[in-house]
Amino acid sequence: MDMQLPGLTMKNPIMPASGCFGFGREFAKFYDISQLGAIAIKATTEEPRFGNPTPRVAETPGGMLNAIGLQNPGLEKVLSDELPFLAGYDVPILANIAGTKTEDYVKVAEMVSKAKNVTAIELNISCPNVKEGGISFGTDPSVAAALTRAVKDVSEVPIYVKLSPNVTDITEIAKAVEQAGADGLAMINTLLGMRIDLKSEKPIIANRTGGLSGPAIKPVAIRMIYEVSQRVSIPIIGMGGITCADDVLEYFLAGASAVAVGTANFVNPLVCPEIIADLEEKLSEKKIDHISELVGRSWKSCYSLSSSR
Amino acid sequence: MRKELTTIVHHERIADQIYELTFTGELVTHMSEPGQFLHIRTGEQYMPLLRRPISICDVDLGKKECTILYRTEGEGTRLLSKRRVGDRLDVLGPLGNGFPLDTLEQGGTALLIGGGIGVPPLYYLSRKLVERNIHVKHVLGFASQKDAFYIDKFEMLGETVVTTIDGSLGFQGFVTDYVLDENPSYDLLYTCGPTLMMKAIEEQLNPERAYYSFEERMGCGIGACFACVCPVKDDPTGNEYRKICSDGPVFPQGVIQL
Repeated sequence: MDMQLPGLTMKNPIMPASGCFGFGREFAKFYDISQLGAIAIKATTEEPRFGNPTPRVAETPGGMLNAIGLQNPGLEKVLSDELPFLAGYDVPILANIAGTKTEDYVKVAEMVSKAKNVTAIELNISCPNVKEGGISFGTDPSVAAALTRAVKDVSEVPIYVKLSPNVTDITEIAKAVEQAGADGLAMINTLLGMRIDLKSEKPIIANRTGGLSGPAIKPVAIRMIYEVSQRVSIPIIGMGGITCADDVLEYFLAGASAVAVGTANFVNPLVCPEIIADLEEKLSEKKIDHISELVGRSWKSCYSLSSSR
Repeated sequence: MRKELTTIVHHERIADQIYELTFTGELVTHMSEPGQFLHIRTGEQYMPLLRRPISICDVDLGKKECTILYRTEGEGTRLLSKRRVGDRLDVLGPLGNGFPLDTLEQGGTALLIGGGIGVPPLYYLSRKLVERNIHVKHVLGFASQKDAFYIDKFEMLGETVVTTIDGSLGFQGFVTDYVLDENPSYDLLYTCGPTLMMKAIEEQLNPERAYYSFEERMGCGIGACFACVCPVKDDPTGNEYRKICSDGPVFPQGVIQL
C-alpha cells in the first residue's frame, strides 16, 4: 500500500485532512500516529489567528458545516512547538498554509518548508470561512496560478494546491495551477453552505455560512476528481466524506493517488488506523497487488471501451 | 480517554424529555473525576453524523456502571432515547477536566447551583464532596415542575432547594433570585447550567471562589477541531482562548468571558 508522491513517501495512502487533526497531539493519545501515510497539519498563518465567533459548527444530513476561521497558533509556534512534536513520529508532514495576501503565503511557505519533517506543502486557496485570502485566491485561475508560482519559487518542498469546489469549472483552476508548477492537487475543500435554526429563525453558525464536509459531499468530490484527473498529469490527494476503506477504493478509481480523511476523525478518532487495516484486507480480497493499479481506473476503462468500438 | 462499545443496562424517562441511561464498560473505571463528559454516538450509521457531548451524572466504579441524564432536543438525542437495554453504546471518554475536589478542607461548605440539564454533573460532584466530609447545599433550577428530576437523590446528600420559573415547584424564580434573597453561606461555589444563568451568577452573586462548567457546540470533543473555543476574560490581544472540550468544561471563576 506504500505510495510515492512528490515529497511524500507514504507507508500507505491514508492521511488525516488538514483542520480535522489539529497538530496530531490529541490523536496521538489514541494510537501511534506513525502508522499514518502522512499528516496534513492544521492551516498555518504567519500570525496567530483566533478564528470566527461561536457557534462554529452545525450538523446536516450526512455532513457538518464549520466556520472555524483558520484558528491556529501562528507560524512561530508551529515551528517551535508543533512540528518538533510531530518530528517524534515517523511520518511525513504536509503543511497546510494560508494567508490573506501573496506575501503572507510566501513567507509561511519559505519558513515552513525549511522544517525538517515538512516534506510537502498544501497551499490553501480554498477556505470558505475567512473574509480575506482563502477562497478568493482559489476561484480565479490566473490568481491561483500566480500564487502557486510565487510559493513554488521560495519553497524547498513540493507544493500541493488545495482546490475549492465552489467554482463553475474546477478543471480550469486545476490546469492553471499545474502550469504554474504545482506538484500535486488536494481536492476538494468544503462546499459553502448554511443552516437556519427554526426557533431563532437565524443562521445556526455565527459566521452565517460554513463549509460543508462529511459523507454528504463525497459524490461531488468523486465527480470533480474524475474530471480533473483526466486533464492534469500531477497526482491528486482526494478528500471529502471518506469514512471507510470502500470510500478509499472509490476515490482511487476516480483518479486519486492518496486520500485524506477529514470529518470522520471527529466521529471516530480511530478511523484512520481502522481504514488502513480494512484497506489492506480489501485489496487482498480483490487480489489487487498494489493500490496504484486502481488510480483512475474508472475513466481509463471507459476510454478503453470507447476506443475498442 | 478511550473509545469503547459499552452495554446499556438501564434506560427510562424520568421527567419531561429527560432520560436516565446507565451503561456498563471498562472505561467506567477511568471516571473518577466529577464534571467530565462523554462523547456518545447516538446511532450506528453516519446519520446523525456527530457524537453528542453528555455529562457524567453518576458512577459506580465497583459495578463499572455510569449513569447519564440527557434531554431529547434534536435528532441525535431522540435517536438515543430509542436505544434499549442490552444495546451496545459507542462511548468516547471520559473527556475534559472536571470539578476540583481538593480546594475545600474537610468540614467546609460547597454551594452547588445547577440549571436544567446542567444539574446532572453536580450529582456525582456532590457525592464525591460528601465522601470528603464536605457539607453540600444544592440550589436546582428548572423551568417547571414537569422538568424537575433527581430532587430526592440530592436531598439524600444535603440541603436542597428547588426553584422553578413558573413557581409550580419550590421557590418561584431563578436560582439567582433565591440565592440573593436567602444569602446562604458557603466557602466555594460550583455551577453548571445555561450560560445566561452562569453570567447572572457572576454578575449578581459575584462569588469569591467559584467553578463554572460550560457547554458549547463541539465537533470532535478531544481538542482537535477548534469548534468549541471561548475567548478568555480581559485578554488585550484578542487571540487567547480555551477549548471547552479539552481545557474545560470546568474553569475557575474569571478565566472565561461570560
